[in-house]
Amino acid sequence: MGRYILKRLISIIPVLFGVSILVFFLVRLIPGSALELFLGTQVEATPEQMEELKRIFGEDKPIPILYFEWLSRIIKGDFGYSLRTSRPILPDILHRLPLSLELTLFSLFFSIIIGIPLGILSSLKQNPIIDILIRLIGLLGLSLPQFWLATLFVILFSSFEGLIPMGNFIPFSKNPLLNIKMLFLPSLAIGLGLGAVVMRFTRNSILEVLQMDYIKTAKAKGLSQRVVLFKHALRNALLPVVTILGFNAGYLLGGAIVIEEVFALPGMGRLALYAIFQRDYPLLQGIVLIISFLFVLINLSTDILYAFIDPRIRYE
Amino acid sequence: MKFFFKFKKNYIALAGLLIIIFYLLISIIGIFWTPYDPTEMNYNEILQPPSIKHPLGTDEFGRDILSRIMWGSRISILISFTATLIASLLGVTLGVISGFWGGKLDNFLMRIVDILFSFPPLLLAIFIMGILGEKTYNVIIAIGIVYTPQFARLVRAGVLSIKNLDFIQSAFAIGGGKIHILFKHIFPNILVPIIVQISLCLSLGILLESALSFLGLGVQPPYPSWGNMLSGARRFMLVAPWTAIFPGLAIVLLVLGFNLLGDGLRDLLDPRLRNIR
Repeated sequence: MGRYILKRLISIIPVLFGVSILVFFLVRLIPGSALELFLGTQVEATPEQMEELKRIFGEDKPIPILYFEWLSRIIKGDFGYSLRTSRPILPDILHRLPLSLELTLFSLFFSIIIGIPLGILSSLKQNPIIDILIRLIGLLGLSLPQFWLATLFVILFSSFEGLIPMGNFIPFSKNPLLNIKMLFLPSLAIGLGLGAVVMRFTRNSILEVLQMDYIKTAKAKGLSQRVVLFKHALRNALLPVVTILGFNAGYLLGGAIVIEEVFALPGMGRLALYAIFQRDYPLLQGIVLIISFLFVLINLSTDILYAFIDPRIRYE
Repeated sequence: MKFFFKFKKNYIALAGLLIIIFYLLISIIGIFWTPYDPTEMNYNEILQPPSIKHPLGTDEFGRDILSRIMWGSRISILISFTATLIASLLGVTLGVISGFWGGKLDNFLMRIVDILFSFPPLLLAIFIMGILGEKTYNVIIAIGIVYTPQFARLVRAGVLSIKNLDFIQSAFAIGGGKIHILFKHIFPNILVPIIVQISLCLSLGILLESALSFLGLGVQPPYPSWGNMLSGARRFMLVAPWTAIFPGLAIVLLVLGFNLLGDGLRDLLDPRLRNIR
């Protein structure tokens, strides 16, 4: 197990390296240097003054050297300063992390309690009409844009006090109950769509496992359908569901942007959006880097968790 | 022909196809005729509820929502189709090069794919939009890039699983050229997953475009797209819910169409799934 974890840890290093190269160089593609953006349109600088400024900001070196300087600062935890607020970037991003994590966890919770029971239920009955109905519901869940579902929730629940956290978000540490109440609808909006994915996955996985020989043996022994399903099939069938949940957990950290926007939640996604509209590129670099770093890390943990539950993976 | 008859019996795929054809018709009609001018403002008819005159109501500038949805369907469909075309061409090419020729190039290309997979799709798309600027054609590029890696990985895996089978080896042995073998023997065998992926990509493309436009990074007003109509409706949705409900329904139905088609095709074309479904 230790060797497997080590192997996987080493394998993400080149990927993270590549991510940092991409994030750094893509931002450099933007016409007009960060310096010009920093000066804005009001200030005219002569070419000599620009040279001087570049030297002061350390921008006069070749790009590869700039990259390595930037990377070594990032590794030390120095993400630089926002062009708009002049505040250090990292604390501003980390400040928003708890909300994004909370939203992710709640959404996963909803998708599990919706998706897994429905998946099990739908695999029990193999009747053509129910079959098609379940598939339609699943596909409908996949087709709903999260932000539209969220908008509908706002319309439907606008008269309920406190369910819609318009602009006055309260952190968990201050008032846990109110905080959970505020995140209820946003996470439900994500969890419903995700629940459809989980349901389809659970159902397919169960149907696949039910065809295996050991299940036939269990049935042949005369065990009841319930015992076969819950004691024998479900354990194996739920394994792949772990992967899909893990993948989505990572996805949600940065992917909840639209939900954060609809409910005016101060999460990381909205900070990225702010950075784009404000042309605050160091901030944008920082957020994209941190979210993708977390994404890679969560996917890695999912893989390790999977290897932990399913010993076959470790020996491949 | 045999495929056609089987397709007719697969109601799921058929329903999906019908929905898509319906939308294509609507968007083609929208080029020549819409009930009202989709960008013309009319301050005498602001936020009108659905009526005979305006079947889906009007928005905050008095513009007819049905006309705007019809107009917007063209944009959404066009963006999603071209982005999918880019993603599939690019991804299939990369996947084939990687899987078929292998070696160092394969290693290099797959690392790039790994890197692109390290970004949540929506974040990657808004990052690219932030860099390229909020233009309609940039939406196509952004969506195309986001969904390229999926195709590349899928095709590479497909090529690898077939490359060492006996019938390919014997084709090589009797002197078949690489290109010939690729197109005659390998391609037909990986076509099914590619087609299914294309229909999935079309649906994801519609969703991603609407999300980008909703966030203000996609199609820019005054031109209507389903996403930016929803974004405009946000301030008025409590007094005029129809401004938010109908553009969303338009998205859901079309995306459902692509998903039905994709799901149906998967059963139809993949014999391994046929008995479990």
